[in-house]
Amino acid sequence: MSKDILIKDGHIVDPSQDIDYVGDILIADGKIKETRTQNSKPRAQNSGLETIDAGGMFVFPGLVDMHTHLREPGFEHKETIRTGTLAAVHGGFTSVCPMPNTSPVNDNPTVTAFIIKKSLDEGFCHVYPIGAITKGQRGEEIAEMGLMYEAGCVAFSDDGRPVMSSIIMRRALEYSKRFNVPVISHCEDLPLADGGVMNEGGLSAMLGLKGIPSAAEEVMVARDILLAELTGGRLHIAHVSTQGSVRLIRQAKERGIPVTAETCPHYFSITEDAVKGYNTNAKVNPPLRTQRDVEAVREGLKDGTIDVIATDHAPHHLDEKLLEFDKAPSGISGLETALGLSLNLVGSGTLSLKQLIGKMTIVPARILNVDRGTLKPGSDADLVIVDMGKEFRVDAKRFVSLGRNTPFEGMSLKGMPVVTIVKGKIHR
Amino acid sequence: MPKDLVGIKELSKRDIGQVLDTASSFKDVLRRDIKKVPALRGKTVVNLFFEPSTRTKTSFELAEKRLSTDVLNFSVPTSSVVKGESLFDTIKTIEAYGVDFIVIRHASSGVPHFIAENVNASVINAGDGTNEHPTQALLDAFSIIEKKGTLEGLNVAIVGDIAHSRVAKSNIYLLSKFNARIRLIGPPTLIPCMEDYGVEVFYDMDEGLRGADIVMMLRIQMERQGRSFFPSTQEYFKYWGLDMKRLGLARKDALVMHPGPMNRGIEISSQAADSPQSVILDQVTNGIAVRMAVMYLLTGGEKQ
Ligand SMILES: [Zn+2]
Repeated sequence: MSKDILIKDGHIVDPSQDIDYVGDILIADGKIKETRTQNSKPRAQNSGLETIDAGGMFVFPGLVDMHTHLREPGFEHKETIRTGTLAAVHGGFTSVCPMPNTSPVNDNPTVTAFIIKKSLDEGFCHVYPIGAITKGQRGEEIAEMGLMYEAGCVAFSDDGRPVMSSIIMRRALEYSKRFNVPVISHCEDLPLADGGVMNEGGLSAMLGLKGIPSAAEEVMVARDILLAELTGGRLHIAHVSTQGSVRLIRQAKERGIPVTAETCPHYFSITEDAVKGYNTNAKVNPPLRTQRDVEAVREGLKDGTIDVIATDHAPHHLDEKLLEFDKAPSGISGLETALGLSLNLVGSGTLSLKQLIGKMTIVPARILNVDRGTLKPGSDADLVIVDMGKEFRVDAKRFVSLGRNTPFEGMSLKGMPVVTIVKGKIHR
Repeated sequence: MPKDLVGIKELSKRDIGQVLDTASSFKDVLRRDIKKVPALRGKTVVNLFFEPSTRTKTSFELAEKRLSTDVLNFSVPTSSVVKGESLFDTIKTIEAYGVDFIVIRHASSGVPHFIAENVNASVINAGDGTNEHPTQALLDAFSIIEKKGTLEGLNVAIVGDIAHSRVAKSNIYLLSKFNARIRLIGPPTLIPCMEDYGVEVFYDMDEGLRGADIVMMLRIQMERQGRSFFPSTQEYFKYWGLDMKRLGLARKDALVMHPGPMNRGIEISSQAADSPQSVILDQVTNGIAVRMAVMYLLTGGEKQ
């Protein structure tokens, strides 16, 4: 049994309970026992208590990432369940949701069970798999959502491969209603994206790289919103990157359509300029966009159009990124920089700290209907202690993720997770 | 009764009551040693089946023969249509033979209505597309009343592919006329919009079966597979198949019904299909009596 822990004098921010005060947290048997303000009288404590002084630091519920690629099974040279969950814990995350584009694809309960078993055996945090919408992610026929749901999947997505067929997407949204789980859409019209490798515009022309227009994302956002309206199925839009997408989602929400959305730190932190010099670490799908899009995404976060910040942690092996820009795979290793980059939104006045933490904890937990992202008494003791004053430089060499692919190398960030606790187990 | 039986939608509550009463008399006839009556001697019936069917066609034929009619069978998919003859010309030709009844099954919804408007013979719909199968609903109602005494206030759960089921549609129209409480259960992909008929929709079968008086299972058609209405027959049975455990959620005296032919292990387990609560074979027997009653009444039998 894990030791009882007292976290003293931290600035606790828990949007799920509207907590924002300096105080203590008591953990017993791996569960939150009590959260109290500094002034309230401490109760009698047992002698075996481990005390962590969080004075001058912040304490948040453990972060929940609803869009992760752990790469196992099949691509263990890029990442494993072990290394990916360790990277999560380093980044302050206590729950991650691996996307199904593994090999074999997580499109059946056997693969789901494998991922869950492996996570329990070797993982460092909670793992909630996302199952494939269609068999083999081929977009032709819906997968056994029910059996996967029963095995532990919390949502369905063909991430990386959009469901191009509108009738299949319709059926998926309809069918998912039986299980009340979200269908997560990677919005990309493949014929319109036409093999592009970066955002389409002046820069792609100048670099001589094939562009992907914003419309390639937006036509699918629009289609899926219409299908959500038609079916009443729960739609979640993954990695929103354009101004047009934000606008479409905002209108859909105003009209009461059941849609939620996420973006990732790279879409509100940097622009397509990062591609200059043909930096393959800035190659990501959807591609980095323009300043106008970055501002629209921030605006969307601010007004609630975008509910969630997810990482889209997409680790790749060094050799795979050491390729021609056209050939390099898309993706950013994001778990270990997400919190620092997101905290910039508080610094810039875009979001309050409480809003930001909500988008990284209780909001994704509610969308996925998992009992995470909260410090409520009785819930598992998942939390992160963050030193907001401490500045650190992004150094991919020091990532615990096997994926060192980051466009943020050398960037100075604030907000380092000092201690992460998962189910009462301390990781420093 | 109107001239034709194109659908339950077109019948009044009184019409339906009359069919059920008359069917009751014919059921007595069927219990006799000599099962034939001369009621429609000299009348001619043509069975025009544009879709393959064994059960419904056999049931109609038996009903026709027991009423002493002369029976003509046209299995159309192979004959004249192939030669390019239009449906209109086919039925006009048949009418010219001097038939009194046309029993029609067709894959296109609305065909019985089209024929009824264009011939003087009485048209009986034996199933049109995904629209209606009125004699099935009548025989289902007859079978329920036989065991339960009434339709009023019964909780009837209809389970499966409602969207493509003419059996389900006709039953919904009939049951709603008699104030039964209808629950539609199935995957969201196979539940059509039928709010106008006061139905309750359940995607969760366990929830939908609670307290049901009647559990009406529908056949999953194999051509629905691979079209993403559901991912696999295995998953279908897990969530929408009737087994004894699920049947236990309905009332103890709930009846199990199925229009046949059954896919055992896909929509219904053998134990449930063969349980004492099952009236599936009664449905078959009652089908003949009900079809006899329909033909008898369409010739104005009520006045005799
Ligand atoms: Zn994606």
